[in-house]
Amino acid sequence: MQLRIKGNIAVSESGFVFDPSTGDSYSINPIGVEIIQLMKQTLSEKAIVDAIVERYQTEPQTVEKDLYDFCNLLVKHQLADRI
Amino acid sequence: MATQTIEKLRYERPVITSLNAGVTNKFGTKSLHAPLSHIDGVSVKEIIQKYGSPVFILSERKIRQTYREAYRAFTSRYPKVQFAWSYKTNYINAVCNVFHQEGCWAEVVSIFEYKKAIGNGVQGKNIIFNGPEKTDEDLLLAIQNDSLIHIDHLDELYQIIELTTKIKKRPRVAIRVNMDTGVYPMWDRFGFNYETGQAWDAINKIILTDKMDLVGLHCHIGTFMLSANAYAVAAIKLADLALGIKEKHKQNIEYIDLGGGFASKNTLKGSFLPGSDTIPTFDDYADAICSTLLNAGFTKENLPMLILESGRALIDEAGFLAGSVIANKRLSDGRRAIVMDMGVNLLFTSFWYDHRISPVEESGNHTENAVIYGPLCMNIDIVRESVTLPPLKKGDHAVIHTVGAYNMTQWMQFIAMRPNVVLIDTEGKTHVIRNRETVDDLNKMEVMPEHLKKFKL
Repeated sequence: MQLRIKGNIAVSESGFVFDPSTGDSYSINPIGVEIIQLMKQTLSEKAIVDAIVERYQTEPQTVEKDLYDFCNLLVKHQLADRI
Repeated sequence: MATQTIEKLRYERPVITSLNAGVTNKFGTKSLHAPLSHIDGVSVKEIIQKYGSPVFILSERKIRQTYREAYRAFTSRYPKVQFAWSYKTNYINAVCNVFHQEGCWAEVVSIFEYKKAIGNGVQGKNIIFNGPEKTDEDLLLAIQNDSLIHIDHLDELYQIIELTTKIKKRPRVAIRVNMDTGVYPMWDRFGFNYETGQAWDAINKIILTDKMDLVGLHCHIGTFMLSANAYAVAAIKLADLALGIKEKHKQNIEYIDLGGGFASKNTLKGSFLPGSDTIPTFDDYADAICSTLLNAGFTKENLPMLILESGRALIDEAGFLAGSVIANKRLSDGRRAIVMDMGVNLLFTSFWYDHRISPVEESGNHTENAVIYGPLCMNIDIVRESVTLPPLKKGDHAVIHTVGAYNMTQWMQFIAMRPNVVLIDTEGKTHVIRNRETVDDLNKMEVMPEHLKKFKL
């Protein structure tokens, strides 16, 4: 699933997310922040998985499964669009 | 040149949670997701590795500590106190024997439990036989063994009178009395009612037929009682009967049995506050009961022994259910669902408690509300409808707290088999006290008719 984080979404390094169009705010854990930053670089899904596996004690299948869920949540919260 | 390896960071599932400004927790209670890696100094992960997942874990240290706390609360206020271990709460023999070693009698409600108590080495005279169903054979055995038979209804009373023509021993009996103690629901299905005079009818019948010895009076006013005062009401009503018997029939009642029903530190579904903040302490119950009995009007010589049959409050906290995450899911409404290998088949009490659940592994600070499902392919298999937990991944472990009461007796052999039960002794050694079931164990009880043995597909 390829996503584009909406341009007006503010994401702080500490994981605070603010959507100015709705006024809603969210909290993201550090790995979530990292994934959003990778998404903003318009990396492919595989490239994001590889980048996470490179830095964390995990394997590609786990990251891939979790990425599906995380992307679905970003879409549900209207923070990202499918491309 | 030496190569430097960079250690990888601990992975945690990415989580995003919506922040709801303005909806604050007015009690300021923290989310309980601190990991529980060890129980009594023993690693939960090692127990799971050795004994399988899921696994029930019981702390012998906690059982003894809780019992001694309850015993101290009552014996520091009343001179004659006897606890009787409620077998139905947890009748695994090793558990029963911990209580018997501490000095508890046995309180049983069926011939199955009665025979377990005898098998554990409890003398017949130290077994209280409660319950509405007792066959002639059961009663004859109890009479022969000098057990204390608590009569539940008139049919049982007349049944015992009939049996005394066949046996030379005088049965030692008590009647179970039900009453209004100001709590709802009133348990009036067991025993003889106090307010309507049924209890007096039974007492008069027992004493005037002179076929058995009325040695006690018993009541059990309810379960998970959140009001200690209800016990004071029960105690004064039983004391009134005992003093009335003394006056009318010149006969002493040896004991008053206030039954059980003390609450454990679990949280009932729908409760606003956690159980640990709302339930009465042993001291509260003891104060209500003992001060009532001491002030009821008994002489020093005639003060009856106080028997207590508490089960839940003595064992619940000593029990844990440890298991593993099978899968994570996202439900259509956005809620997270965690499927674990421990479900309602093992955790009957999850139908009425919001059990506390702790992860075993360390995790970050981010948490997410989740519904916890068990492994059964049945819609009812919900362990928690909503619980805040850190992100758990497949294979991670979790521990469900306060499961020592009723689960290891009311568990269902449904879809899955029942797991090992492990006791951690007071020195930190682990012992299997009930083996996990196997397919052979279950098939052993079935019989295949000859004509059904073969088929072609």
